[in-house]
Formats: sequence, structure tokens, C-alpha cells
Amino acid sequence: MASKQDPRKAKIDSYIDQNLKKVFSELETDEMPDQITDLLSVLRAQDEEMQAKK
Amino acid sequence: MSDLDPRDELVTHLPALRAFALSLTRNRATADDMMQDTVLKAWTNMDKFEPGTNMRAWLFTILRNNFYTSRRKLNREVADVDNVFSDSLSVKPDHDGRLQMTDFKAALNQLPDEQREALVLVGASGFAYEEAAEMCGVATGTIKSRVNRARARLAELLHLDDDEALELTDTATIAVVGNPGLPA
Repeated sequence: MASKQDPRKAKIDSYIDQNLKKVFSELETDEMPDQITDLLSVLRAQDEEMQAKK
Repeated sequence: MSDLDPRDELVTHLPALRAFALSLTRNRATADDMMQDTVLKAWTNMDKFEPGTNMRAWLFTILRNNFYTSRRKLNREVADVDNVFSDSLSVKPDHDGRLQMTDFKAALNQLPDEQREALVLVGASGFAYEEAAEMCGVATGTIKSRVNRARARLAELLHLDDDEALELTDTATIAVVGNPGLPA
């Protein structure tokens, strides 16, 4: 982290972190690919099947 | 968070996990493969997850280990990049903001994987240096050093050390984030 003695570096670091958070939150809104939602459905179905057998 | 069934909790971390996968691989197809492996591994090893610990950190660790193992197997340091950063902008900001974000993403793209990863974990995902170090299997000092080098490189690539650039970014940053705590 930037030291309090170096406000210029603190300003640059803050600018970088704010932009990073923005990029990251944009990536978070990217649509979940079908292969992941399909995989989750299969895994849940398998779990339910296992539970039913118990 | 801890009241949730761990498998339900896992689902809540998927958007962040995907963002991390995209930022690490910078390639949608590779990120999706990494996600798939991670979800499968986490789901089938859920008994190894310790309730009360940070599931997001656990998932990120599985994913990054997959990534670096696969990178070693392929024996290549340079990823097959498909402009994940530049085409992911879903909401267009104003003109100046868009230009600045494009420059920022291009600069981010140029960082070595380990530096970009450390910066994303600490700067974007909000992990403590100690947590990031544990996730990456390195000393805390190594993560601090990677983050510092990544920030210095970005500052260099974006010419943030120039007086004029800093003033310009100041205006845009303050306008966007409204942080009055920044030194003038």
C-alpha cells in the first residue's frame, strides 16, 4: 500500500484500484456460459439421485 | 453466508470466479474450461471445504492451481489472448471514460500473469495480502512485491507519473468514484 508520506503514489494507486474494480465488476456481469449452468444442473440431479437412494 | 448449504454458496461465488478466470486467462474458452474444472472439483470435494473459512478464496485457489498446472503442461508463458478485457464493456461510459478504460485494460493485459493475478486479488477482489499469499502459495512479501511492481508498471504504461495525466485522471476518477478523501 502507498504510504501516507507519498500522496502522489496514493493517488495513482487509488486510480488503479478503482479502475481494476470497474473492470472486475464488468467481468462479473458477463453471462454465465451454458457449459457451467448445464454442469450445475447435472451435479444437482446427481445429488438428488444419491439422496433418493439413501 | 455460513447458513447456506455449501453447494448453494458455491453458486453465489460463480460470477466472481468467472471474472477471476477471465482476468487470469484473458481467453473466454480457456476461462470456461477452467471454470468447469473448478466447479466439478469443488462440488465433488465439498467435504474437504472447512465451513466458516473463505469459500471464495478456496474456489479461486482451485482455479489458479488448474491454470498454472495447465500452463506448465503446455510449457508456454504467453496466453492465447482474445481481448476479454476490451470486449467486455457492457455499459458504455462517457467518451473520456471509455477511452481511459480502454487504455487501462490494454495496460492490464500487458502485465505478467503473476503480477496481474496479485493485483486482481488484492486490488479488485479485496483479499488481504496474507490471504492472496496463501492462495498463491508464496510469501506475503512476494505478493506485496508483485502488487507494487504491477502498479508501477501500470503507472508507467498509462503515464500516470506525468503531471498532466494525473490531473486528467484525477478529474475522471473523482467524477466516477466521488472519493473526497483523495489528496488534492
